[in-house]
Amino acid sequence: MAARNAAISALLLVAVWQGVVWLSGVPPFILPGPLSVLDELWSSRLLILEHAGVTLAEVLIGMAAGTLLGMCTAVFLALSASARAFIRPLLVFSQAVPVFALAPILTLWLGYGLLSKIAMAVLIIYFPVTSAFFDGLMSTPRGFLDLSATMGGSRSSTLARIRIPSALPSLASGLRLAAVYAPIGAVIGEWVGASRGLGYLMLLANGRAKIDLMFAAMIVLGLLAVTLYLAVDWLGKRINFEQT
Amino acid sequence: MILSRRTSLRPAPGSRGTQAFGAPVGIELRGAAACGGTPLFPEIRLSLEPGRWTCLLGPSGSGKTTLLRLLAGLETHVEFDGTVRATDGGATSDRVAYMAQSDLLLPWAKVLSNVVLGARLRGEPPDWERARRLVGKVGLSDHAGKRPNELSGGQRQRVALARTLMEDRPLILLDEPFSSLDAGTRMEMQDLSVGLLSGRTVLQVTHDPAEAARIGQTVYLLKAGSLRNLGAPPGGVPRPVDDPGMLEFQGRLAKSLLDKS
Repeated sequence: MAARNAAISALLLVAVWQGVVWLSGVPPFILPGPLSVLDELWSSRLLILEHAGVTLAEVLIGMAAGTLLGMCTAVFLALSASARAFIRPLLVFSQAVPVFALAPILTLWLGYGLLSKIAMAVLIIYFPVTSAFFDGLMSTPRGFLDLSATMGGSRSSTLARIRIPSALPSLASGLRLAAVYAPIGAVIGEWVGASRGLGYLMLLANGRAKIDLMFAAMIVLGLLAVTLYLAVDWLGKRINFEQT
Repeated sequence: MILSRRTSLRPAPGSRGTQAFGAPVGIELRGAAACGGTPLFPEIRLSLEPGRWTCLLGPSGSGKTTLLRLLAGLETHVEFDGTVRATDGGATSDRVAYMAQSDLLLPWAKVLSNVVLGARLRGEPPDWERARRLVGKVGLSDHAGKRPNELSGGQRQRVALARTLMEDRPLILLDEPFSSLDAGTRMEMQDLSVGLLSGRTVLQVTHDPAEAARIGQTVYLLKAGSLRNLGAPPGGVPRPVDDPGMLEFQGRLAKSLLDKS
């Protein structure tokens, strides 16, 4: 049902797009019609696929590294009150600095390759993941902790058996955000300085007035982000046992 | 702030709660509690006789749950000045099993895994055979592989009871465990618990006079800062639901709860 509705709204959007192109007479180097974009998508499929693979790798590695880093930070914060006092303000401050502003510095430090884009993706998802998982770890139902105390559970076993599993639904909502943010981070990284990736391809196409190629790359990027989100969402629903 | 004094509650070295439930042990609490400077109850003495079922009745906010938490060695929001000790002089907190109003089943774990939670938390290998037997004793053999959200409220409390039995502790603290169940299921749970927990020292906190009159072998009333021992109706527990002595006692309890003084 949801899939059918999504398909209908996508078709509707394409129809409006084609209608605007026909009626307004916008030149194709400003707004190409969906048919010419589709045509370009097909004829440049190998080129686009190659660059999409690079972006996908950046996003996936960034997601994995950022999630791991965020989870470790959250557990550390949950275990130590003094860590909370010192690190949390830093964490909030790190979020207050726009990641976009850091992109040139990261490129300067880490070069034009994969690393600077992965770092961007990690930076952009680190805070939502850490904060969501930390909130989950700190809101373990009191009764579970009482039960563990009377059963003689240690700090680490309570963490492993009760606090972490009960924080997984919170982590999942952080990961949903991360799935949306990580491609943004990677593409910004590519815009600032890269020789591969969908963001690079879009800039290149734009510079050569190949607007249909730019749109084709953008559509692939959108599909990539949506697929990532749906995958994370599916995983998140599987670990949430409270529902049903 | 958590300022409850728990010096007497520390487990003695080497007495970690793995010993089998042996001779029944009693427990005595003496002391006074205050909440942010306001007295909750003055110097009181609550003693649980070995191997008997004690009910602690009282209105909401009277401090009955606080008393139970003090006995369990759990954090409270009050400043407690006093002692909790077992009648054999040993520690108490590692000889207590606890069951709350909410069943506290881990939603991601299956019934059997929930029953062996204590062993898992202590890092001991779980005794699956015994867990399976206990799940059978509470009548849930067919549900051992299910998750809690597939069970009814009464079934979930049965799992919680099996988990409590699995701990095999001499002191059982029950904090209104059946109060969210419907009347019929509640009486079934009372029968089942009294049968399975017999021989252990039980303190059950409740706000239901009928429950106290039906299964209490000693009934305490905690109200407006005073703790009174009201004895118990005649006859063994669980008493028949239409037992005249029980009904008369239940009436007296209800009156004491209503009494303004």
